[in-house]
Amino acid sequence: MIEIKNINKTFGDRQVVKDVSFTFHKGKTNLIIGESGCGKTTILKLMVGLHKADSGDILYDGQNFPKLSVNEQENIRKKIGMLFQGGALFDSQTLEENVQFPLDMFTDLTKAEKLEQVNFCLEKVQLVGKNKLYPAELSGGMKKRAALARAIANNPSYLFCDEPNSGLDPKTSIVIDNLIRNITEEFNITTIIVTHDMNSVIEIGDNIMFVHKGENWWTGDKSQILKTKNQELFDFVFASEFMKQVLGSQAK
Amino acid sequence: MNLFFHIGRYFMLLYRVFARPQKHSVYMRQIIFEINNIGISSLPIIAIISVFMGGIITIQAAFGFNSPWVPLYAVGFTTRESIMLEFSPTIVCLILAGKVGSNIASEIGAMRITEQIDALEIMGINSAGYLIFPKIAAAVFIFPFLIALSMFLGIAGGYVMGITSGACTEYEYIFGIQAFFEPWKLYYSFTKVLVFAFIITSVSAYFGYNTSGGALEVGKSSTSAVVYSSILILLFSLILTNLFLNR
Ligand SMILES: Nc1ncnc2c1ncn2[C@@H]1O[C@H](COP(=O)(O)OP(=O)(O)O)[C@@H](O)[C@H]1O
Ligand SMILES: [Mg+2]
Repeated sequence: MIEIKNINKTFGDRQVVKDVSFTFHKGKTNLIIGESGCGKTTILKLMVGLHKADSGDILYDGQNFPKLSVNEQENIRKKIGMLFQGGALFDSQTLEENVQFPLDMFTDLTKAEKLEQVNFCLEKVQLVGKNKLYPAELSGGMKKRAALARAIANNPSYLFCDEPNSGLDPKTSIVIDNLIRNITEEFNITTIIVTHDMNSVIEIGDNIMFVHKGENWWTGDKSQILKTKNQELFDFVFASEFMKQVLGSQAK
Repeated sequence: MNLFFHIGRYFMLLYRVFARPQKHSVYMRQIIFEINNIGISSLPIIAIISVFMGGIITIQAAFGFNSPWVPLYAVGFTTRESIMLEFSPTIVCLILAGKVGSNIASEIGAMRITEQIDALEIMGINSAGYLIFPKIAAAVFIFPFLIALSMFLGIAGGYVMGITSGACTEYEYIFGIQAFFEPWKLYYSFTKVLVFAFIITSVSAYFGYNTSGGALEVGKSSTSAVVYSSILILLFSLILTNLFLNR
């Protein structure tokens, strides 16, 4: 479980994150949704420490991340897996080396044990046999799945995903969403997904925070979101006439 | 102001680069990879340039020394001194600044803008140490060998081209390259090489590491890396020359 309490972040003279508090639950797919530029990625980066919050608490199962020593922060980071928007696979390494990388760095497993774990992860993301390919040889969807395999390689307790299905076709998006949900439930991970894809919201939105202009504007789950009376959220969810017709009929 | 900002941030980066390695076996593997990537792959260009420059210096020296007062062994002597003191340590390092420096800056810059560095940080890895330390260590280790080879090939090139072009005789050249040899000058040359190896890799890595934006900025970082490491090489060449040779 991760709790964030009253976090603020200013870039220059623009306050991008305003007093945001929320609780992300274990074994659930927790979503941060909102329109582009509302501050979703910034919240994610604040949580993992890539940005430093101006104020506020970030509690990883009770431990206040910003207040910890560098060593203690590193220990928490070893339990974090992160799927970046662009995949962020290491270009100079093969798929296998990419997935094995966290194991090389942080475990004392033998070569055979590492390979076993790599193949286990590749199987989870349906990339068996692609071990020796380089990132440049993979399609967009395969890159995302490969990055997911790397993110889960070292058995993380927390999984962060920044727009896991941006730039993917609807069918591949659903595959990725389901993979993330299955992994979350199977390994009982605290998963946080940033998205603006309504399909994902309806599919896997166990626990949702809607961010508007840097503020926590609305919280709820996928069944509540379609019945919302909140104007900004309504505009976000029912952005198109098509959505209004399809989702509107479901909501009734 | 801007200059002090860069200097401060450069030393802060170095502080992280030399933090205790997290996993020695991984660092060792990277160093060996970089020795190949930075060093061995530069062999062809160094070989070609050194042979030709040696030949050209020899012929030019012979052309200049046609007065009867200058002994002909001065050709070999001049070639050796030029190559050993300045051409191989400084000019070859300037060429390596272009090749290796732009390579390092664009590699690390691309990793920055595609969030690969963020990915390392998230895993709890000291990205500066992991990415930059092996490059510095590899360059400091391999550059002296490359430059020694450059010296040898330069003098050999002078021999071949000097004699085949008739600029001097074999005896004069061989006598010349052995004349008045002072071994301590090699200290001076190789001290320069070690300093330049450090400058090229660390300055280029600094520009790559602090890239922000997109592909265009990666290109700019790469250019800055070459320009600033070249200027620093010349500056330190001057400083070290004053320290060693100015008596
Ligand atoms: N490093 C940064 N420096 C300055 N401004 C930033 C930085 N990162 C993000 N921003 C600004 O913060 C706002 C929110 O960005 P972001 O969190 O990436 O939005 P989202 O992920 O919701 O699309 C944007 O207006 C962006 O311009
Ligand atoms: Mg974003």
